[in-house]
Amino acid sequence: MRILLLALRRLAASLPTLLLILVGLFLLLQLAPGDTVDALVAQMGGGDPAMIEQLRSFYGLDAPVLVQLGRYLLRLVTLDLGFSAIYGKPVADVILERLPVTLLLMATALSFAFAAGMGLGVVAARRVNRWPDSLISTLGLVFYATPSFWFGMMGIVVFAVRLSWLPAGGFEEIGSGNEGLTRVLDIAWHLVLPVATLALTYLATYLRIMRASMLEVMTLDFVRTARAKGLGETAVVLRHVLRNALLPGVTLMGLQAGTMLGGSVVVESVFALPGLGRLAYESVVQRDVNTLLGIVFVSALLVIAINFIVDMLYAKLDPRIVTGS
Amino acid sequence: MGFLKRYARNPAAVIGLLLVLAVIAMAVSASWIFPRDPLSLAGRPLQWPLDNPRFWLGTDNTGRDIAAQIFHGARTSLLIGLVATVVAIGIGIVIGAVAGYYGGWVDDLLMRITEAFQTLPNFLLLLVLVAVFGSNITFVTVAIGIVSWPPSARLTRAEFLTLRNREFVQACRVLGMRDRQIIFREILPNALPPIIVYASVIMAVAILLESALAFLNLSDPNIPSWGNLIGAGKGVLRVHWYVSAIPGLVILLTVLGVSLVGQGLNDALNPRLKGR
Repeated sequence: MRILLLALRRLAASLPTLLLILVGLFLLLQLAPGDTVDALVAQMGGGDPAMIEQLRSFYGLDAPVLVQLGRYLLRLVTLDLGFSAIYGKPVADVILERLPVTLLLMATALSFAFAAGMGLGVVAARRVNRWPDSLISTLGLVFYATPSFWFGMMGIVVFAVRLSWLPAGGFEEIGSGNEGLTRVLDIAWHLVLPVATLALTYLATYLRIMRASMLEVMTLDFVRTARAKGLGETAVVLRHVLRNALLPGVTLMGLQAGTMLGGSVVVESVFALPGLGRLAYESVVQRDVNTLLGIVFVSALLVIAINFIVDMLYAKLDPRIVTGS
Repeated sequence: MGFLKRYARNPAAVIGLLLVLAVIAMAVSASWIFPRDPLSLAGRPLQWPLDNPRFWLGTDNTGRDIAAQIFHGARTSLLIGLVATVVAIGIGIVIGAVAGYYGGWVDDLLMRITEAFQTLPNFLLLLVLVAVFGSNITFVTVAIGIVSWPPSARLTRAEFLTLRNREFVQACRVLGMRDRQIIFREILPNALPPIIVYASVIMAVAILLESALAFLNLSDPNIPSWGNLIGAGKGVLRVHWYVSAIPGLVILLTVLGVSLVGQGLNDALNPRLKGR
């Protein structure tokens, strides 16, 4: 229970942060040249000034900035994200349509990066300064330095164009009428390249962190004790070292949640996936301020939620954190 | 000197330094080797590398010389990397130093702001900044700096927390020095080494961020940049993949070089940690 209490306190502490983000961004977006009505009118190919004024007052854009901000925050409490003039429906609907794709992409990429990074990190640490370690560490450095979108594009050239093993983009085969398991398999098929692309950079980071923390933990006294009492090397690594070495990696998972959301903007563009990142890019180009603010709000919530989960996990892995507070 | 010797004994660090020097050489020699505007029409579009001796890296889909763009792009990337890093480290040092030195409500407030920046996906914030202030190369560079400062602020704060109650700082206070002098003249030089090492990470990420922005056509189109070239190659990827492949490889090598130099510096500065 104390774990929950601790995590809840952290959660409450993130509320002012959220408010700060929203107010800051709202004011920042007021500086943007042109508003939604301008974009809308430009899309319609012009309109007379009277109608433009009418549109402004319809969307509440004629009120003073602070009044608009107050209205926006009040509506936000009821989870009303406003109306997207560009898409012609509530922002919440637009975002909810796109959210599952991004969540699926992120969750898969994160788990893959975490598992593979951990595994490779453990192997590298067990064979430190020998060829498996050098190979893995070099690979990690190269992965870290690769621009993810470029890796995705090269993946398309090799696996989609040359070998035609994988589809070049999209979330699923459109109009194929797939249902049930076939649909799941089809989506998984389409997500192989995007997930690999997004996971690459993070895999490299986890690998490095895991290797370093494994090496550190292996020098500690309790490991020597475990060896001295006759445990096999595998048992020492799995039961004693790994659990302690996992902590920095778990911390990093929370810290990187935001970066990963940013990375999915680019990856979704490369593979034409209808996700939140793609929506963010489109609303930047179309000056859809309401949608952009909504996306920022949702992604901040997402990051806070992931950090909440990480806190719980952390306390689970290391009970000292709870009793120590 | 021990430091240089330690650095030179690390083969990875030396390779990194060579890579960075090569990029610097490219940036410096760009105007001599390719005196023409790299964004002007040079020849028939989409010639493969080595097909035409005049264009040894080929031409892109609008007939511009790829080699010229790579050399001139080195300038852009280095400049963006350096300036964005200076901006990020500058903001980070000031905020982290003030928060760590004064503590209390100042610290609380500044850390809340830092947290707000870290909660926001940095690429998303970069998109918003570019949407508001435009794609001019100066704004893009400053914006990359603005989204990259929080980790350096945390690092500086942590260093200041351990240093602020040391005896030499107390001695400065007794001597009646002003806070500003104590922070920037006395404590900061002691806190600097880990921050300088971290600068290499920021620089690597800054180069990657700009290339991602350029790939989305949101960076300055009037500047020869590696990211712009990759973006240009997007449309002809299926057959003429080299247009995107070459600049991507150059970005990879540059970022790799910068990271290796950073790691080498770290190992040379903390010789006891080496091998970890």
